[in-house]
Amino acid sequence: MSGVGLLFFVLRRLVVLAILLVLISFVTFSLLYISPGNLIDILLGARPHTPATVRALTNEYHLNKPFMVQYWLWAQQAGQLKFGTSITTSLPVTSEIGARLGLTLYLGIYSFVLTMVFGVGLGVASALRRGSFIDRGLTGGVMLGLSTPAFVASVALLYVFAIQVHWFPAYGVGAGFFDEFWHLTLPSVALAVTTVAYVVRHTRAAMIGTLDQDYVIFARARGLSSRRVLYVYLLRNALIPVITISGVILSSLIVGVVLVEVAFSLPGLGSLLVTAATAKDIPVLQGVVLLFAVVIVVANLLADVVYMLVDPRIRVGGRSA
Amino acid sequence: MTANTVLVLADERPETTRRGRRRVVAPLIWLSFLIVAGVLVMAALGTLLAPQNPAAQHLATINASPSGAHWLGTDALGRDVFSRVIAGARTAFFGPLIIAAASFVLGNLLGLFAGYRGGLADAIIMRWVDFMWALPALVILVVVAGAVGSSYWLAVVVLIVLTVPFDTRVIRGATLEQMPRPYVEAVKTLGVPRWKIMLFHIWPNVSPIAVANTCLVFAGSLVTLAGLEFLGLGVPPGTPDWGLMLSQNEALLFTNPLATIAPGVMIVLTAISMNLIGDWLYEQLTSRGAGR
Repeated sequence: MSGVGLLFFVLRRLVVLAILLVLISFVTFSLLYISPGNLIDILLGARPHTPATVRALTNEYHLNKPFMVQYWLWAQQAGQLKFGTSITTSLPVTSEIGARLGLTLYLGIYSFVLTMVFGVGLGVASALRRGSFIDRGLTGGVMLGLSTPAFVASVALLYVFAIQVHWFPAYGVGAGFFDEFWHLTLPSVALAVTTVAYVVRHTRAAMIGTLDQDYVIFARARGLSSRRVLYVYLLRNALIPVITISGVILSSLIVGVVLVEVAFSLPGLGSLLVTAATAKDIPVLQGVVLLFAVVIVVANLLADVVYMLVDPRIRVGGRSA
Repeated sequence: MTANTVLVLADERPETTRRGRRRVVAPLIWLSFLIVAGVLVMAALGTLLAPQNPAAQHLATINASPSGAHWLGTDALGRDVFSRVIAGARTAFFGPLIIAAASFVLGNLLGLFAGYRGGLADAIIMRWVDFMWALPALVILVVVAGAVGSSYWLAVVVLIVLTVPFDTRVIRGATLEQMPRPYVEAVKTLGVPRWKIMLFHIWPNVSPIAVANTCLVFAGSLVTLAGLEFLGLGVPPGTPDWGLMLSQNEALLFTNPLATIAPGVMIVLTAISMNLIGDWLYEQLTSRGAGR
C-alpha cells in the first residue's frame, strides 16, 4: 500500500479516536450522576458534613454551574491528568494512580511476553504435529485454559507453588527488578493462562490453514529447507490472527489484572479500581476507567496499523467483518 | 467475558470428524452433560439437597479439615463447605442461564435483521457491535457496581447488554452465508413476508450455530459473574456462591485448602463442560445436513 494511503487511514482513525475519547470521557464524568443519593454526600464520603466542607466541594466540582459546564471544566482538568482527590484517602487521584501504575505495567508486560512466546510457539508446534499426542494434549490444555478464570488460576498456583512447594513467595511485590520478577512470576502466569490458550487456538487454526496453501507446497517442492519455509512463509501468516485478536487479548489482560491483583493482594491499578468501587470513591473510579479506556482505544488503533503493515491484502477503509 | 470463548469456526473442524478422535470425544461429552445436569439439579434443589444448613455457623468447629460430618471441612465461621458448594450452584447457574437466553433472543433477531436487510441498518448495527466488541466486561461490571451499588441482578442485566453484540455478530455472519442460496431467492419470489423469511426459512438453517454459540455465552458469563462475586461486588456477603467462597476462603489455604479449591473446581468444571458441549453441538448439528 502507498504511504499516502496509510497516512490517510491513520488520519481517519485518529478522528474516530478523538470522537471515541470525547464519548468515553462524557460517560466517565456521568458516573458521578448515575450514583444514587445526594451528590454532596457521595463526594464527602466519611468526612464531616459542615457548611464549610460543602462550600469547598461545591467550588471544587462547580456544582452550582450547569451540567454541561461542569463536564467541560472536568474534561479540561482531566486533559491535564487531574481527576480531583480521592474521597477515602484525600490524596490526589493522579498520585494514587501513579504509585500503582508501575506494578500493573510490569504484570501486564510480563504476561504479554508469556502470551506471545508460549501462545505462538505452542500454536505452531501443535499445528506442525497435527493429530499427534502433543497436539491432542495441547488442544485439551487450550480448553482448560479458556475455561479457567484468572482468579481460580491464581489460587491454584498459590496453593501449589507457594504453599505446597515453596518455590515462589505467596505475598508481596519485592524490591528491585529481579526480586520483583520472582515475586510477580505466579501472578503473571495466572494472568497469562487464558490469553495463552486463546493465542494457541488461533495460531494453530491459522497455521493449519496456511500449511495447505499452494505457495507453501511450492516452496517445499522447490527444495527450500523446512526452517526457511517455517520462518519466511508460515510464521508471517500465523502472526496475522494474533494481531486480529489483539483487542480481545488486551481486554482479557485488563480483566485478568483486576482479578489477579486482588487474589495476590498486589497494590496495582486493578486492586485500586476494586477498592474504589467498594468504597464508592467515584473520582478514583473515573481516573482508572479513563486510563483503561485510553489504553484500549490507542492499542486498537496501533493494532490496525500493524495489521495493515503485516498484511498488505487488507483494503483501506474496508469493512471489518 | 465472552472475549475468551470466541468460536474458531470452520478452521479446525475437519479432523475432529475422523473416527479415531470421535471415540475419545464421546465419553467426554457424556461426562460434560452429566456435570451440567448435576449442577442444574444442585441449582434447582439447592438447600434441599445440602446435608446441612449452608448458613449455619458452628464457631466451635472452624477451619476444620474434611471429615465424615463435613465432607469438605468447614470455613472460618464453621459453616459446612460441602453444603455451601451445593447451595452456591444457584447463583452460578441461573444468572448465566438468563443471560444466555436473553442474549440468544436479542442477538438472533438483530443478527438476522442485519444480515438479511444489509445496507444502512446493517452498517449501523455492525458499527455498534464493533464498538462493543472486546470490551472488558468485568471492568464495566466493577465500575457499574462502584457507581450504582453492587447487585447480582444489575450485573446480569449489564452482562446481557454486553453479550448481545457477540451473538449478533455470529448470527449475522451465518445469515450472510445463507443469503445467496437459491431457497432464499425462491421464497422472496413467492412473495413471502420478510419476517417470515427470516424466522421460518433462514433461521432454521443458522440455528445450529446459534445454539452452539449460546453454550459458549453461558460458559463465558458464568466465569465473568464468578469473577465479580470473587471481587465481592455481586451477591451480598454471606450468600453461598462459588466466586465469593473462593475469595473469602483464600486465607484458609493453609488450614483447609479444600474450602477454596472446591468452588474453584466447580467453576472450571461447569465452564469447560459448557464449552465442550458447545463445540460438540456445533460439529454434530452442522455436519448432519443442516446449515453449511
